[in-house]
Amino acid sequence: MNALTLRDLKKTYNNGFKALKGIDLDVEAGDFFALLGPNGAGKSTAIGIISSLINATSGSVSIFGHDLSREREKAKSCIGLVPQEVNFNQFDTVKSILLNQAGYYGTPRKLALQRTEYCLKQMDLWDKRDTVSRRLSGGMKRRVMIARALVHAPKLLILDEPTAGVDIEIRRSMWQMMQDINRQGTTIILTTHYLEEAESLCRNIAIINHGRIVENSDMASLLARLHVEHFVLNLARPIAAAPIIEGCQIERVTDKTLNVAVPKEHGLNKLFSQLSAQNIEVISLKNKTNRLEQLFMDLIDSNPTGDQR
Amino acid sequence: MNYSIAFRTIVIKEILRFVRIWPQTLLPPAITTALYFLIFGKLIGDRIGTISGANYMDYIVPGIILMSVISHSYANVVSSFYSTKFQRNIEELLVAPIPNWVILGGYVSGGIIRGLLVGVVVTLISMLFADIHINNIAITLSIAVLTATVFALAGFINAILAESFDDISIIPNFVLTPLSYLGGVFYSVDMLPGIWQSISMGNPILYMINAFRYGFIGVTDIDIQLSFIITGGFIVTLTLFSLYLLHKGIGIKN
Repeated sequence: MNALTLRDLKKTYNNGFKALKGIDLDVEAGDFFALLGPNGAGKSTAIGIISSLINATSGSVSIFGHDLSREREKAKSCIGLVPQEVNFNQFDTVKSILLNQAGYYGTPRKLALQRTEYCLKQMDLWDKRDTVSRRLSGGMKRRVMIARALVHAPKLLILDEPTAGVDIEIRRSMWQMMQDINRQGTTIILTTHYLEEAESLCRNIAIINHGRIVENSDMASLLARLHVEHFVLNLARPIAAAPIIEGCQIERVTDKTLNVAVPKEHGLNKLFSQLSAQNIEVISLKNKTNRLEQLFMDLIDSNPTGDQR
Repeated sequence: MNYSIAFRTIVIKEILRFVRIWPQTLLPPAITTALYFLIFGKLIGDRIGTISGANYMDYIVPGIILMSVISHSYANVVSSFYSTKFQRNIEELLVAPIPNWVILGGYVSGGIIRGLLVGVVVTLISMLFADIHINNIAITLSIAVLTATVFALAGFINAILAESFDDISIIPNFVLTPLSYLGGVFYSVDMLPGIWQSISMGNPILYMINAFRYGFIGVTDIDIQLSFIITGGFIVTLTLFSLYLLHKGIGIKN
């Protein structure tokens, strides 16, 4: 069953800007799905429509088989939303934010108290339950929003750039939380600007640009399409000029650092042999850019107007 | 889905909000109205004598109570709902499976409860200055609840349409307060010159205050039935308009 089905979804704002030009999307139940795109591509508009914060101009949204316009309450009951920006009442305590949210979803008080305790413990916030939320750190506020979105046990969790602006330690712990939530059976749709995050966490991906879906496939197939990978090589000894190797593009960055673009069919073993033949010893290497980031840029650059592929 | 839980959650949230900030919400009307009773009722009122057979203090008590109910039922909803919009936690309600009528009912109930609570506080203060004998408890309570409902709804609409904090103070300061003062709180409409009597008849607050005063001391310038019809008409109209705004997402959705 699909957790989410979008059909010919369009949105034109009052100022005439066409944010969505008719998108179709299917997200399977249980999936960990990435919805990516540059700023202004239409991601937030799509998520706004799915979560009822924005009215669509036309098209349909179905959540676990419930049409959002015909079975509004049933469809909405399935969703938990973690928005980009903090949007809870900053004068409320952490516990009351979750209890109110549970109440809005019709959760009886006794169950709401149990769910609140469970979610706050899962997010490592139980000891902050009586703290007024404006006194929390940025990372804690993010986790409050995730706990709030989970308190009514949604089947579909939408995370709109949940790790934006948080430090790497918190980001890693949030990745772990998201994976745990997904393993427990909750479908997750993630938007993020950290493509490493999408590559690590998500099984399927859609890329949106200029209001159209320009790519929609599983992560493995998408990454397999990467023909050229970019590496940074650290050398054991200084070199005066960049070596010339047929098939690869090599740029000397410093006397002991090279940027290398290696076609997939060329392979790293062959590259190392060729460098070794020129008396160049490599002591370490790293990807210059994240693989998905490279594909993402290729797709966006090759679709400047968002034409469908 | 059980909407009563969502409704109760909103109402309790609203009550806790105004109780938490009681020095801003419940204390000021007690002080302000005590001053009204002291200055207008005692010091000036003793020189005025009677109006429609009632002494001046007894005459102004119902108007001052209802004026407090009006301003606080309005203020509660307009400030609470606009803050909810401003902080964007309105999104919690929009994302949740709550029908618009439950959202409207929850906020309006919060406004009614604060308005009536302030009405009780002011009534208790008035007992220090006047002997309170209620002529008709049913009319007194029903017009108080209906009036609070009208202005809680009006506050809700103001909050939806407001785009800044200035917008939520314009109506209370420049419309509500003048209409209340000119609605016969301190005088009988019969005391006005001809043309002003006719103009005053266009003021809906005049009908509510007179019906409330009738409930209290049995004195009115207006037909009580007409007061109930006008107040009920406002409730129906404002409810339908509020639901239309919510349905369209005007002021709350992009």
